[in-house]
Amino acid sequence: MRRLGRLLKGGEPFIWLTGSALAFSLLMVAGLLFLILRNGLGFFWPADVWVFTLDDGSRIGGRIAAREAIPEPGAKGPVHLKYRLKVKEGNRDVTGADFVWVDEAKIVKRERPADMVAFERREWGDFYGWAKAVKDGEKVVAEGHGPAYRALLSDLPKAREVRDEARRIEKDEIGSVNYAKEKLRLELKRLELHGVTSGPAVAKLKAREDALTATYDELVKKLDEVRSRLATTVVLETVDGKEKEVPVTQVLRADRPNEMGLLAKAGRYLVGVWSFVSEDPRESNTEGGVFPAIFGTVLMVMIMSLVVTPLGVLTAFYLREYAVQGPVVSAVRIAVNNLAGVPSIVFGVFGLGFFVYFIGGSLDRLFFAESLPTPTWGTGGILWASLTLSLLTVPVVIVAAEEGLAAIPRGMREASLALGATKFETMWRVVLPAVMPSILTGLILAMARAAGEVAPLMITGVVKLAPALPVDGYPPFLHFDRKFMHLGFHIFDVGFQSPNVDAARPMVYNTTVLLLVIVVALNLTAIVIRNRLRKKLRTSGI
Amino acid sequence: METATMTPSPTTPTHAVSMDARSAPASAPAADAPPLIEIGGFSFWYGPKQALFDIDLRIRERAVTAFIGPSGCGKSTLLRCLNRMNDLIDGVRVEGSVRVQGQDLYGPDVDVVDVRKRLGMVFQKSNPFPKSIFENVVYGLRLQGVKNKGVLRDACEKALRGSALWDEVKDRIEESALSLSGGQMQRLCIARALAVEPEVVLMDEPCSALDPIATAKIEELIFQLKERFTIVIVTHNMQQAARVSDETGFFMLGKLIEFDKTDVIFTRPKQKMTEDYITGRFG
Repeated sequence: MRRLGRLLKGGEPFIWLTGSALAFSLLMVAGLLFLILRNGLGFFWPADVWVFTLDDGSRIGGRIAAREAIPEPGAKGPVHLKYRLKVKEGNRDVTGADFVWVDEAKIVKRERPADMVAFERREWGDFYGWAKAVKDGEKVVAEGHGPAYRALLSDLPKAREVRDEARRIEKDEIGSVNYAKEKLRLELKRLELHGVTSGPAVAKLKAREDALTATYDELVKKLDEVRSRLATTVVLETVDGKEKEVPVTQVLRADRPNEMGLLAKAGRYLVGVWSFVSEDPRESNTEGGVFPAIFGTVLMVMIMSLVVTPLGVLTAFYLREYAVQGPVVSAVRIAVNNLAGVPSIVFGVFGLGFFVYFIGGSLDRLFFAESLPTPTWGTGGILWASLTLSLLTVPVVIVAAEEGLAAIPRGMREASLALGATKFETMWRVVLPAVMPSILTGLILAMARAAGEVAPLMITGVVKLAPALPVDGYPPFLHFDRKFMHLGFHIFDVGFQSPNVDAARPMVYNTTVLLLVIVVALNLTAIVIRNRLRKKLRTSGI
Repeated sequence: METATMTPSPTTPTHAVSMDARSAPASAPAADAPPLIEIGGFSFWYGPKQALFDIDLRIRERAVTAFIGPSGCGKSTLLRCLNRMNDLIDGVRVEGSVRVQGQDLYGPDVDVVDVRKRLGMVFQKSNPFPKSIFENVVYGLRLQGVKNKGVLRDACEKALRGSALWDEVKDRIEESALSLSGGQMQRLCIARALAVEPEVVLMDEPCSALDPIATAKIEELIFQLKERFTIVIVTHNMQQAARVSDETGFFMLGKLIEFDKTDVIFTRPKQKMTEDYITGRFG
């Protein structure tokens, strides 16, 4: 008993307790990261493509996505486990489903044909099988698995060129004509609102509109011409002999994973990762990349930081430096702290009501009346979402800045005041620089919270697929009224709203990885800046 | 602001006064010269608690005046009242007057900022700003709107020479002030106070956090500084008061017990209490 008492007094058990608490937390974080990385990053690996022959003679081709024990309800005692494979069959346009379950017991033969090809397509997902022939119109250019594959490969760069050119015409040239037309339409509408429906001004606008329509028609023709530059099609063949003819421009990549070496696979892996972070999404977000979502997330966090830092710091300065400390200030402080605990969706509702409907709606009535009933600012957009998140995160900045202010030694302020500085000069020249690291700490916490928040964004401006980025080449270049994509919402959307759950799952994990990477990168930037400042301000150099 | 000479505008810091002062003969001022600071019937309250009782005191120009007394006797409070640093505390109240060259510091239209420019202060704990040595020294000048790099550099050098720090830091004035040693930091704080050319330098136990060598340096410095400035120093250390000061005031429980020439206080005090304190019978 006495020994136990002495042990407790010595504090040894306490060290163990604290140590295990830390270890437990680390284990949880590591486990989470492991789960996400394992499920996500494997997706880009060009795994082998198999052909399974079943006992009924049918053949199934594709990649193995998972293997699991077949549950046997009611079985008692040690059971002889049976397994089944989840095969990613691809070829959705031919077979109707991407994935198929195969009992291992039914498989009579497994092969990995060296010449089997994995095609990545713009539509309908991957295709596993062979290129049977390449055709130019009715004329057959190459036939047979080998020659057709090589002919396809040689056409792919051109296909890419054509795709890029067509995309450029669609996005840039036709885009800007549409933009100009929309502006003309609004101009006409504005005149109409002022009661002008005819006359030279209207005639001039109408003439310009006609000119634009002519340009538009020309561009459409040009687009057709570009698309017709590569009219070759490829006939794809599945493992069970079904055929499908697709234009070569629809094929993004074609590989033979079964004959690739480790190095080639690693290269292909990197290509996959790069296209994931740099491309636009396809097939209702289950394929392709997430670039617009990355862009939206980062831009939103930046706008939020620009708003929340001054707001929070000014509030903290008033609370700590000017306000008379007393019950009222204490109450305000408690309220601010509690604000941090309000569910984020509540902020979303507030943002919708206040920013979107009230402020945005008023702006529309005052300045954008011609485009009503289509709202300009009176609908969700990246600015409103960022402002909503600033409200959500401002308590964090206030608390951090206030603590920093409280920690600044009184002597430092007195020294400044004794030299004839006013209170404002003291704060501006001495207190603010000294409190900067604390402000950055607050900002780091705010950014981490904002980047991961989804609920308030869903009603203030995030969309599944944004037609354009909030930054582009048309004046005023920054379109903060636009809707945007966000990685957090992307996870939700792909994971829960996707028509093709099995195909979407790796995208969910990969998007999560990306979101984590972005949060860490933003935080690291702020931490590096803070540490630089701290080094400069270090209070003890003796 | 009664006269132009006493309230220099921010752009010409105290030149009128200090130049006049320096053009006078450098010998010790006559004992009957009018005092620079005149404290009359001064009482001070922290909220309901009275900290100073009816203090009457005259501080001579270009001399060192020391305030001694046990902890809590009000000597620091009085010092901080001389440049109105106590205004920063909520709920303080004063009665009586503190006149600097005839102008009451607690008068109705006195600018506190201006008072603090004229009466510089050095604190017990050295409190350099987390900036470079140079920026620390010229802080006061920058506040006054001086922007010219050359002027600032000259003022910086002059102030650092004045505080006997120049030779030690002249090669690294762009380095952080926080890289200095404790004694150097305190001398930097003195330089910072000198840079704005105040009339009076108030020192609140400037050596209490320093080792004996750094203390000796600062005492030597005080000796040099009194050629140019009026110095008021609060100290716990009676030997220090005896070494550096010309006149000494002994405080006890918020009252000024005795004020006289330092050698009189230390050799033949009139009050029993002073004698007891000095001989170490209490304190």
